[in-house]
Amino acid sequence: MTFTGLSSRAPAHPGAVTRFLHRHEGWRGHLLLAPTLILMTVAILAPLGMTLIMSTWFVQGYDVIKSPGLGNYTAMVENPMFRVLIWRTLTIALTCTLITVFLVYPVAYYLAFHTGRHKAIWLLVITLPFWTSYLLRVFAWRVVLGHEGVINSGLMSLGFISEPISALLYSQTAVTIVLAHSWAAFAVVPIFVSLEKINRSYLEAAADLGDSPARRFWRITLPLSLPGIVAAFVMMFVPTMGEYITPIMVGGPDSMMIGNLVQTMFGPMNNWPAGAALAVVMMLTIALAGLVFVVLNKLVQR
Amino acid sequence: MARYTGFHRHNRPLALYFGAFAVFIYLPILFIPIFSFNSGWYVKFPLESFTFYWYVDLFQRETLMRAFWNSVRVALFVSVFSTLFAIPAALAIARYRMPGKAPAVSFIALPLVLPGILMGTAILGLLNWLDVTLSLATVTLGQMVICLPYAISVLLPRFIDVGRVLEEASADLGDPPLRTFFRVTLPCSLPGILACLLMTFTISFDEYFMAFFLSGAEITLPIYIWNQLRFPDDFPSLLALSTLIITFSFVLVFASLRLSGVGDSVNQERSR
Repeated sequence: MTFTGLSSRAPAHPGAVTRFLHRHEGWRGHLLLAPTLILMTVAILAPLGMTLIMSTWFVQGYDVIKSPGLGNYTAMVENPMFRVLIWRTLTIALTCTLITVFLVYPVAYYLAFHTGRHKAIWLLVITLPFWTSYLLRVFAWRVVLGHEGVINSGLMSLGFISEPISALLYSQTAVTIVLAHSWAAFAVVPIFVSLEKINRSYLEAAADLGDSPARRFWRITLPLSLPGIVAAFVMMFVPTMGEYITPIMVGGPDSMMIGNLVQTMFGPMNNWPAGAALAVVMMLTIALAGLVFVVLNKLVQR
Repeated sequence: MARYTGFHRHNRPLALYFGAFAVFIYLPILFIPIFSFNSGWYVKFPLESFTFYWYVDLFQRETLMRAFWNSVRVALFVSVFSTLFAIPAALAIARYRMPGKAPAVSFIALPLVLPGILMGTAILGLLNWLDVTLSLATVTLGQMVICLPYAISVLLPRFIDVGRVLEEASADLGDPPLRTFFRVTLPCSLPGILACLLMTFTISFDEYFMAFFLSGAEITLPIYIWNQLRFPDDFPSLLALSTLIITFSFVLVFASLRLSGVGDSVNQERSR
């Protein structure tokens, strides 16, 4: 063997497995992905399946009766409270997502087209806070919006108002603003990526053929960035659906969301099956949003 | 791409809008440090006098110090293990053509968007069914899952374009794949791996949902903060603590993003 001189530790006769892997690139890839996929299956798929099973159990006294039934779901249909909560959660998540995607589009546009050499650093500036504690970012809003918070006490000491504006904290508006702030990066990044992908020569061609900047935007930039807009929509809608910290921190009694009820069921109420059923409803809503996303994406990319 | 720059010259309103957005993103967080140095009990203007008292106060709290060390321990384990899982996964995604890659990648990205409460309660339900006692170990497990997609996305840019030629050279000279990996791939992607460790450490250190649902008697720092929020007297100290955590996270994440070269590839593509 001539090769042994170059690499002393190379086995003279590679085993059957090595030879097989050497020939099949796909299997090598799968082998490398396997640990992660197994972990994710154990820690995501199995628990979600467990939630589904648990949602059919029910609580009697202090015991969980593990016999399957749809009691938790029929209770949800019968009790108007659930309907109100689900409806409100959808409303808050949808308004917040729509407003944010709309407001954030110019930001992503600026990042993609106007930042030039400093693009990487500006992208970092915009996304940096989102990597840090979510809890503390919401906490910061409490400091800003509070009854004696930054806005109220600031305006009072400047003499603009004589009494604190109580509508600032503990309202649905506050929840919407804080959610928009918390998840904005989730909307910026997908739009930025889709704008970044646009082939600049299309814009040149349109300009050469006499299109005005506005027409170029409507006919090229916007349609080509639609996949990013759709992705931004989902990336933001899904996490906001499951919120429960923001309503506790800055919301009032009229801004509780499904997440709060799930947390109460798993915590103080100690009715895990009912909480699991609510979680399943949440999952279904998210799955539905995902489905709409896939369909929209197909339509958009045609 | 010098030719096209004629299109997007200065656009002042857009630049102003961008600036306003950046301010909106950072402004609420900036008030935390400002008030953490304020001597008053209440978070309100006008500010009273400057003090370090709230910071000194932190070090006299036993439960806080305990929670801090718990957080550090969990974060160390989470960062090392999620990086160990992420390295082969990122390598597979970056380098190998294989069937079923796209769905696998979407599956791995799931924890990025899945609400924390769903994953937290779901894992809690499973652990309870398996009769596993909640502890810092269960928190570590939960946070690893949260961290994996981030870890992989930090590693990817490095694995995609670094050291490929060297790897081929190493293989041509007869090194078996594992040796090539340890002698070429790993050293070449070391900045990426360091970035990955820093990033996952920070995410775990700041993580709230898994820590909330999966911790037993021992708690981590975010849960400590959450518990103390009920006591108005502790508010200034929490501000001081938050200032330290935020500063620390910003530094680590900034270093991590610079190391991993997030956004750099964008510029390279441009100049190509």
